[in-house]
Amino acid sequence: MLKHWFVTQLQLGFAQATFTALTALLIVWLAKWRGIHLFGEAAIAMSRGIVQIVAVGSILVLLLHGPAWTGAIVLVAMMVAAGQISARRAKGMPGAFAVSTWAIACGSGSVIALMTWIGVIDTAITSLVPVGSMIIANAMNTNGMALNRFRSEVLAHVGEIETALALGAQPQQSVAPYVQSSFEASLIPALDSMRSLGIVWIPGLMAGMMLSGARPLYASIYQFVVLAMIFTASGLTSLVSTILIRARIFTPAQQLALQPGR
Amino acid sequence: MLLEAKHLGREVNSKILLQDINFSVAAGEVIAIIGPSGSGKSSLLRLLNRLDEPTSGTVYFEGKDYRETPPRELRCKIGMVTQRAYLFPGTVAENINFGPNQRGESLEREALEKLLSQVSLAGFADRNVTNLSGGEAQRVSVARTLANKPEILLLDEPTSALDETAKSDVEALLQSIMHERSLTCILVTHDEAQAMRMAQRALILQAGRIVKDGFIKEVLHA
Repeated sequence: MLKHWFVTQLQLGFAQATFTALTALLIVWLAKWRGIHLFGEAAIAMSRGIVQIVAVGSILVLLLHGPAWTGAIVLVAMMVAAGQISARRAKGMPGAFAVSTWAIACGSGSVIALMTWIGVIDTAITSLVPVGSMIIANAMNTNGMALNRFRSEVLAHVGEIETALALGAQPQQSVAPYVQSSFEASLIPALDSMRSLGIVWIPGLMAGMMLSGARPLYASIYQFVVLAMIFTASGLTSLVSTILIRARIFTPAQQLALQPGR
Repeated sequence: MLLEAKHLGREVNSKILLQDINFSVAAGEVIAIIGPSGSGKSSLLRLLNRLDEPTSGTVYFEGKDYRETPPRELRCKIGMVTQRAYLFPGTVAENINFGPNQRGESLEREALEKLLSQVSLAGFADRNVTNLSGGEAQRVSVARTLANKPEILLLDEPTSALDETAKSDVEALLQSIMHERSLTCILVTHDEAQAMRMAQRALILQAGRIVKDGFIKEVLHA
């Protein structure tokens, strides 16, 4: 229907974006009836999302004509931004931004570097930036989930953690079960994506490759390759972030600094 | 003196929890810290176990500023039993061995059974902790702390979460352990009758300050 009203591709794109954003906000508005207040956060997130993706799209158009190393700069900037965004899920945890940025850089950076070196990711900016951004975005989500879960687990088990400390446990030993459960929980979406690949969903990358003329079989295999890279990067990110954050919730005198209401 | 608190204080977010706390504890002495809710009793025990950091003053343990002793070593020497047992998933034996395991040690089966007999839980070693009653869980918690061979035992309302029967059982158990081991104890309680039965001396806390310190009968009947 929209195609009849909007002639140019750009007009059509903005119309589609407006319509989908309005339907998303409608759901958020309905959720308000159930006492779930997400309107402000959802509206800001969507506004930011559209502005950012249009801006990045415009920059990418310029970068496509630039040297290959500019792709690396874009990816590093994405990692820092991802660190800042996912650190918000770790409210009250000291050094969450530094931990998130280092974890995402280690997790996604090492996978992108290795896979580019091996030849799994093409060094052309048109391949490196989109595939790299998918890996970074998923590492960001995993990191946010790991930190958020870890924070909730620690706050729910202050008694157990302090009992372990009072019995002479090392701080890392006292939170070991919560590091483990946070790590496991953060990888559930990446595992489910892999498990349901091709059955529940056909990812955009694969559809895009087929539309641009790639052989369907290669597009399918490459989609698995991307998901495997996402899983590896997410796992490494979660591992690094939970290890780094566990040290920061204790004082130098091995006291639990993350406490309810403090 | 085994333990001495000097001008001890703690303030969190500009709120004073404890202020200018001064007292000393001799070896073998049993002291009760009594006071209304929010008077700072548990905060004081947390400072003594160094689960929290004093914002003023310090504690001298065996004549030495306790901040000079590594926290893990200090916490083994000044053991603490909390209001709730907070047992770790697994068996009774695994819980009791938790402290020794942190130092790479393990209680011999005979020592473990002896400790369990002391807390009236003989034969419970292989039982899963999920199958214990509240009183049994608190006994395991006491045995778990004792497995670290503490020189001072801090008891933070150890019977307040229990029903009447379990409460008197655990209290009797603690009394017998204190007597047998001549253990130095600092007991936090809001129950004056319990304090009278268990301690020789009492500190009365009010709004984060010690307002009375002396023989328990004199302090409570003054």
